[in-house]
Amino acid sequence: MFSRDNWKEIFETIHKNKLRTFLSGFTVALGILIFVVLFGMGNGLVNTFNEFFGDDATNVLYVFPGRTTIPYKGYKSNRVIEFDNSDLADINKNLAMFVEYTTPRISRGGLVKYKNESNNYTTRAVGPSHQYAEKTIMMKGRFINEKDIKNKTKYVVIGRLVEKDLFGNNNAIGEYIDVAGSAFMVIGVFQDDGGDNEERLIYMPYTTRQLIEKNNDKIDQIIVAFKPEIGYAGAMALDLSLTRFFKEKKYISPDDQNGVFIRNVADQLKQNQQFARVLQIIVGFVAFGTIIAGIIGISNIMVFVVKERTKELGIRKALGATPKSVIGSILLESVFITTISGFFGMLLGVFILNSLGEKLKDYFITNPYIDLTMAISATLVLILFGAIAGYIPAKRAADIKPIEALRDE
Amino acid sequence: MIEIKDLHKSYKMGSNSLHVLKGINFSVEEGELVAIMGSSGSGKSTLLNILGMLDVLDEGSYTLDGVPIKDLNETKAAQYRNKFLGFVFQSFNLINYKSAMENVALPLYYQKVGRKERQEKALKYLEQVGLREWADHLPSELSGGQKQRVAIARAMAAEPKVLLADEPTGALDSTTSYEVMDLIQKINDAGNTILIVTHEPDIADMCKRIVHLKDGVIVEDKKITQVRASQYV
Repeated sequence: MFSRDNWKEIFETIHKNKLRTFLSGFTVALGILIFVVLFGMGNGLVNTFNEFFGDDATNVLYVFPGRTTIPYKGYKSNRVIEFDNSDLADINKNLAMFVEYTTPRISRGGLVKYKNESNNYTTRAVGPSHQYAEKTIMMKGRFINEKDIKNKTKYVVIGRLVEKDLFGNNNAIGEYIDVAGSAFMVIGVFQDDGGDNEERLIYMPYTTRQLIEKNNDKIDQIIVAFKPEIGYAGAMALDLSLTRFFKEKKYISPDDQNGVFIRNVADQLKQNQQFARVLQIIVGFVAFGTIIAGIIGISNIMVFVVKERTKELGIRKALGATPKSVIGSILLESVFITTISGFFGMLLGVFILNSLGEKLKDYFITNPYIDLTMAISATLVLILFGAIAGYIPAKRAADIKPIEALRDE
Repeated sequence: MIEIKDLHKSYKMGSNSLHVLKGINFSVEEGELVAIMGSSGSGKSTLLNILGMLDVLDEGSYTLDGVPIKDLNETKAAQYRNKFLGFVFQSFNLINYKSAMENVALPLYYQKVGRKERQEKALKYLEQVGLREWADHLPSELSGGQKQRVAIARAMAAEPKVLLADEPTGALDSTTSYEVMDLIQKINDAGNTILIVTHEPDIADMCKRIVHLKDGVIVEDKKITQVRASQYV
């Protein structure tokens, strides 16, 4: 069946029936092209979702104090809950099994001055671990360390854009800046993938902030990072334990939803990933539909091809072509054309996806790509169904009596 | 060479059945040139199709070169056609995207003859029909007479036992018809058995034997003195 002679015969047929070849090739190439591009776009959507969360650690819980809404244990409702340093220590002590690190965060706005330049920035007073929670990347100098916390040093770490705003092209390290009336030394400059706003932040030791604010021990919010190995279920359990711990310690009714809030990044991430996955399934469904349309297209063309060739097949049969050789030549021809054009369409699709890169980022599509195995399997499926679709009319053509085929005009 | 006994054939036309051949007894010796004549509907083409294994018989027996032809599946029929028979049709039935040489070589392809040998043989037979220099032309570039000569070369290329021609001159003018008949007579002179279906008396007179069919039975079967076509060419 695969002798050189057969191939030569098939190449001649292909070469001399260009329209037919073009039509079937085009259908297959287009089907695969659209499938690859659509599927790649779906992956691009998922990429965008992952990127939204990629700039922060995903194993963290943000704990915020709120206001009570239910009277409890002699306390009136509408009481303002506040966190302090002892809460931090208690979490580290009681939930050590789950917790990787904790850090407080005290956010303040304020005017920041250096020589003649000044601007308003948000200042975050944090602990050393905050660097991991926000995935802060140090460009130069260092982040706040334990020694700074202990000594309540007046050091700041500034964002890349803060340095650019205030210092222009000069090096900020070692310079003193005025933050809301106090002088701080710049010990580090950082960058962050989270965007411009994240790079307009200033970090200082939380103890220094507390010292400035009348030497209190108040904390705005607490960031708790759990050990990744406890997994999603562990994170949900920690979420519950933290709520219970704070409700007990701060005398909040177990039924009060507003005394303390916990934002669970792991939970949000999971929900968003599910959303992205649903999107991908929808896109995949559309892409699958394209493949089906491609299969129907190639089937139609094969029916047409066989119909058009009925008389020729009759002549061939009169000259001694066996049904097997008739079916064989039609199938080989169709499989050959669909294979060549299928892989051409696939490569073109992959090329388009690669060249898109970040160009569609505004439409939430980042780095669209398709798994090569997926692309090749889709192509093979189309080739297979093209062959099946060709086999049925070819079999019928091979079975009609040559005299009937010869009569066909 | 050909032996037919009590052949019946009918076609189903909806609920009616049309009895086309009603008991044909007929035999052909090697080297004969037989004309099968009859008006349209007499069953002459049906007989030829059954002889050519393009159609199956209902009743009776058919023996070709000592081989009983019955219960053939398509594969076997194709092999027998390829081995025993050469066809010439009224409408030539050349494959339009193949050159004259490729058309002639096609039966050899189904005999699994090597490419080189195929081409040599095809050229040899084109030479015999006087179309060697037209070998690379497509059928659309040939005249009717030339197409029929290519078809005859194709039928001869497989070196069949019997050549079957269904109205070979039906689509040609009389001069060209005589040229084609001249060629057929020469092939017959070389010892080949040939059956021609025709309704033209002058073509039939160029054969060696005329079989008259009427309403599905043979009404006349006579040997005649052959009129040579070469005198008209």
